[in-house]
Amino acid sequence: MSLLRSPSREPLWREEFSVFTSDERYVTRRQFAKFLTLASLGMFVGNLWVLAKAYFAKTPSFPSVEVGEVGEIPVRGIKLFTYPTPKDHCILIRTGEDEYVAYSQKCTHLSCAVYFSAKDDRLECPCHQGFFSVRDGSVLQGPPPRPLPQITLERNGARLLAVGVKES
Amino acid sequence: MANLERSKQRRGLVAINGAITFIVILLIIQIWLLSATLETFLAGHTGAAVPAAIFSGFVFLGCLALSLRRESIKSHANLDKPEIKSGCRNGLR
Repeated sequence: MSLLRSPSREPLWREEFSVFTSDERYVTRRQFAKFLTLASLGMFVGNLWVLAKAYFAKTPSFPSVEVGEVGEIPVRGIKLFTYPTPKDHCILIRTGEDEYVAYSQKCTHLSCAVYFSAKDDRLECPCHQGFFSVRDGSVLQGPPPRPLPQITLERNGARLLAVGVKES
Repeated sequence: MANLERSKQRRGLVAINGAITFIVILLIIQIWLLSATLETFLAGHTGAAVPAAIFSGFVFLGCLALSLRRESIKSHANLDKPEIKSGCRNGLR
């Protein structure tokens, strides 16, 4: 029975903490396969979440809201308004003598507010240089994946009404 | 006899690596599927959500089956035997 440690043995701290960092970092095939399978389960749950969101999504209602008077803004001028809720900012553009278009101001890339560049005749997102056509809201350049949602306008006498949102 | 066992182990190792590679490919497909579904959902189209969820479920089942198959290959090829292990530091765990 030896009570004293022999000098050739491992240091005491190594005996007591016999876990090596390299062993801790070592990932076995079993762990890796488990991780991949769990990641796959996560992707499946994500798809189920999208499905649930799609199933329980409320049908949006679009009230008829007055956005301005005909002739209120000059040709190539703009007016900002909100539609269909006070949180949804939109931009009304007078493109011709008797032509008006309106779009959601939220860029389809990362939701920055787009503005109308009269010089280049396009809607521009200042964050990542995403450009949209003023004719139909389609993407001209940059990272936005979808066109801007277009606000459907109706004319009631001298009043311009927003009556719906046309998604891409 | 040991050679036969080693050859069996090597084939088992190849099968396991193949299974893991296939799981990785399936996972990449699933990541793409989720991003595409989310993208179409955010664009206001909800029609793709159901087929995407079903397909994703099948892919997950495929991953699970491969993962379980990997376990059975390992036990069948005796890859836990320490004395014949070669090629990796602590053997297959």
